[in-house]
Amino acid sequence: MTLYAALGAVEQGLVYGIMVIGVYLTFRILDFPDLTVDGSLPLGAAISAVAITSGVNPYLSLLLAMAGGFVAGMVTAILNTKFKILHLLASILTMIALYSINIRIMAGPNIALLGVDTVFDAVTRLGIPAHYAGLLIFGTFAGLVLGFIIWFMGTELGQAILATGDNPQMITSQGVNTHLVIILGVGLSNGLVALSGALVAQNQGAADVGMGLGTIVAGLASVIIGETVFGCQTMARAFIAALLGSIVYRLAVALALGLQLGHFRFNPSDLNLITAVLVIGALITPNLKKRLIAR
Amino acid sequence: MITLENIIKYFHKGSVNEVFALNNINLQLDEGDFVTVIGSNGAGKSTLQNCIAGGFFPDSGKISIAGRDVTGWPEYKRASLISRVFQNPLLGTCPSATIEQNMAIAGLRGKRRGLARGVKIRDRERFRGELRQLGLGLEDRLLDKVGLLSGGQRQALTMLMATMIKPEVLLLDEHVAALDPKTAGQILGLTQEIVKGRKLTTLMITHNMKHAISFGNRLLMLHQGRVLLDLQGPEKDNLTVTDLLEQFYKAQGEELALDSLLLA
Repeated sequence: MTLYAALGAVEQGLVYGIMVIGVYLTFRILDFPDLTVDGSLPLGAAISAVAITSGVNPYLSLLLAMAGGFVAGMVTAILNTKFKILHLLASILTMIALYSINIRIMAGPNIALLGVDTVFDAVTRLGIPAHYAGLLIFGTFAGLVLGFIIWFMGTELGQAILATGDNPQMITSQGVNTHLVIILGVGLSNGLVALSGALVAQNQGAADVGMGLGTIVAGLASVIIGETVFGCQTMARAFIAALLGSIVYRLAVALALGLQLGHFRFNPSDLNLITAVLVIGALITPNLKKRLIAR
Repeated sequence: MITLENIIKYFHKGSVNEVFALNNINLQLDEGDFVTVIGSNGAGKSTLQNCIAGGFFPDSGKISIAGRDVTGWPEYKRASLISRVFQNPLLGTCPSATIEQNMAIAGLRGKRRGLARGVKIRDRERFRGELRQLGLGLEDRLLDKVGLLSGGQRQALTMLMATMIKPEVLLLDEHVAALDPKTAGQILGLTQEIVKGRKLTTLMITHNMKHAISFGNRLLMLHQGRVLLDLQGPEKDNLTVTDLLEQFYKAQGEELALDSLLLA
């Protein structure tokens, strides 16, 4: 792997790390497996791209994207809490609906960001080369999001979110409306995922309706890698591990794609299979270990 | 003070599994009443508590706590007036949060939760002081996750958390039934201390007739969703387990006699 490829992987790890932090919030903390993210990532990209091409400031477009993602997450959570639809199914429904909505927003399956200013232009104009600009911007955003989420989880509200995922009966008897907390938490998570999608779109110069495919699987893989490699003893550590897990995941993917065994090479389209196998392995290992030790 | 008027609750109404869970319950607990509740399985003890806590709404009847009609309040809203300790020691605390976080959560029972720090620095001393009363050494483990504690320790912590903000009514649902006898004794002692010391209005379900007699100033026996016995004052003070069993069988016997009359 060349240094250039490694830097690219770190860059990807940072920007998708924002998505991973969102996935950690739903999957691990709220105990709410949320597949909405496969739709809210391109939603964020679409909103940001359309906003920029219609002349909105690229930074402001990020806020719009986050708001869009937040609403998408709220829809899933409301379907689950208020209408008692199983969380997985509720999130799949929102995800499928978002596919159509994203095409509506972009008035087509994709939209290019050619010749318009993005958040990167402000940095490259300072004379910083493009591949460092990506690192710088993504690193800054990932760091801000990380700081925010660690601070937020330490607040009274954050602790209510933690307890809602952990012991809903307990937090209900402490006077918290768990429905509202779930709606807020899943909304926040998808807001972060949409932000991640918006940054990706601005970086690659296009938003595409298909770019969200496999987001949840990549997110889970990163979460699991992060937990395994960096641990999750405290809340702050768990979120840092999620972000670092995302970087390790992208590096591993870059390595795998660069691998050549005789005539065999992995294609980028093999990525989802590799990731799925990785996640399955990580999910069943603890169980297998237990069984083997029991014998 | 808490008042229940003509509470009726069916489960699975209209199906073959229909259960008449609460059959016209009328009950008034006065300020500072410590009431023990006994009854066989399915008598409606837990249903009664759940009904007060808002786990479900009664089919008819009225519930008021501290002068407020709470019949239509959802469970989380009633939590501002009610504290609960469950039979399962795992239900009262949050395992992946630390001891101090759990206490901070309980310190906001029924209050608005905002963006202030969850655990404030000035809280820590107070938490330590309260934990010290338990004598379990938890005061030195504020930053340990509650999931690391034993069932007895968790139940002791839950008792403490239940009374950090004084509740209008404290609901204890067989809260020592899942513990070993020694720990159960400790938790009961703690219960007595807290309830008496803070003059809490308390409804304690127990399976243990001795506990039902020796604790509290009033005893209720439930049977098939009705209040069969309601004893207080000298009547309760002079009660023995034999009396209680006798009364229980007598009441049941009357019912059987009535049934056989009807069916004859």
